[in-house]
Amino acid sequence: MSFALDIMTIVAVSVSAFFFLAGTVGLLRFPDTLTRLHALTKADNLGLGLLVLGLLPQAESLRGGIKLICVWIIVLLAGATVSQLIAYAARREGSQL
Amino acid sequence: MTFALALEIVLAAVVLTGAVWTIASRETLPAVAGFVAYGLLLALVWVRLGAPDVALTEAAIGSGLTGALLVSAAARLRSSEGPMAVERPDVILRVLAAVLSAAVTTALAISVLLLPDPAPTLATAAAENAAATGLGNPVTNVLMAFRAMDTMLEKIVLLLALVGVWSLAPDRLWGGRPGPRHHADPQGVLAFVARVLPPVGIIVGIYILWTSADHPGGAFQGGTILAAMWLLVMMAGLTDAPPVSERRQRLLLLAGPVVFLIVGLGGLAFGDAFLAYPMAYAKPLILAIEFAMIVTIAVTLGLLVAGPPEREAGS
Amino acid sequence: MTEFLTTALGFILAILAVGLIRILRGPGDADRMMAAQLIGTSGIAALLLLGTVSGVPAAVDVALTLALLAAFTSIAFVKKGTSRFEADAPGSTEAE
Repeated sequence: MSFALDIMTIVAVSVSAFFFLAGTVGLLRFPDTLTRLHALTKADNLGLGLLVLGLLPQAESLRGGIKLICVWIIVLLAGATVSQLIAYAARREGSQL
Repeated sequence: MTFALALEIVLAAVVLTGAVWTIASRETLPAVAGFVAYGLLLALVWVRLGAPDVALTEAAIGSGLTGALLVSAAARLRSSEGPMAVERPDVILRVLAAVLSAAVTTALAISVLLLPDPAPTLATAAAENAAATGLGNPVTNVLMAFRAMDTMLEKIVLLLALVGVWSLAPDRLWGGRPGPRHHADPQGVLAFVARVLPPVGIIVGIYILWTSADHPGGAFQGGTILAAMWLLVMMAGLTDAPPVSERRQRLLLLAGPVVFLIVGLGGLAFGDAFLAYPMAYAKPLILAIEFAMIVTIAVTLGLLVAGPPEREAGS
Repeated sequence: MTEFLTTALGFILAILAVGLIRILRGPGDADRMMAAQLIGTSGIAALLLLGTVSGVPAAVDVALTLALLAAFTSIAFVKKGTSRFEADAPGSTEAE
């Protein structure tokens, strides 16, 4: 059982690292602020979710696991809303140039 | 080269790069963003060193709240940034500053590296006496029992800092409301976040206080989270900053130090010394102080970031 | 397992550093606002991994605090990073 949990952790963390890499590549290569914001928000949040999923089997108690999921939900909520605000600011800034 | 050592080298390199970059930046806003990132990296270092209480404080205050404060300052300085950029101090002064900083850093590094191994510490004495209060977290023990005097004085220093910030207001605005009036579309994204996140934040803040009895946490860190949530609600325009002269707010500001002082004097009257807790009541007394403190800290930090009064009290 | 997680952590740290460099160089203020966002995700990922690798279970509490404070700091950046005249001008806040 613990071997299966370890496999789950390894797979989830590896996929999450891939998504973080994809997000950063997007951040580096995309041409404009809004597309970079898109890469940052979508890929990185998904990467964090997969990471939380991968670390859940390693959590030392139920309380730790619940806290991990709470972290992810807060980051998701904050990311989804703040990216909208940054996009408005970017568009306002761009329209003034 | 073990994995752990490689990790620490990578972490140290990233932290140093972040620090150098922040200092070398020519514009204020990127420097502030770099500072916030540096705060996070420091929190990582603290976790690596096994000090989660300090990491909590660094993430909350050093990175989050101070970052917001610096952004306000950067926004105010924006109009003068162009002319100021032309007036850089000359090369000799900058080289002198660099040499001085390097000398201080080297002195610190040498004194740390020359410490005997294991370094002299009171940690064992504090750990041995942990049973005196019945609390499981040694940091809370030190903060609230062994060095409670320092903690109490710190809260009073915070109050003095707040009075100092308020004194920056022009005379005619004394007693007014801090900061500009914020507006946000009530159907919009910002108002949504300001309605959904603060309840979660309040629960987390009180949880961090509650868990500080046996696990890393504390009133200071919890109070910072509460302050950040209050500032968030203010920034979304869902509530206005209260005028500086409001009585209830001033009572809340005093609650923490006053409760601390009363318990301290009680220790003088009924016990051995100022701030001595009777063994049986140590834990409830400490909890009472911490609950009063978290309210005071939340209000104080929120007002510190909100700034000096800028509007009439009636507006 | 610990070695694997340590490698993943080193990877995420490197990515965080690269992302920060890119963001802090980016022209325009909106790019700098994304820094707090980046910290909120990659930074928390690094923190959670570091907590597991170093055996500090309280790192999850630090991550909780950081998530909330990163949200607050991002919003403060957006609100105040644009010049004060813009942020308070009527009509400019309609999009919010």
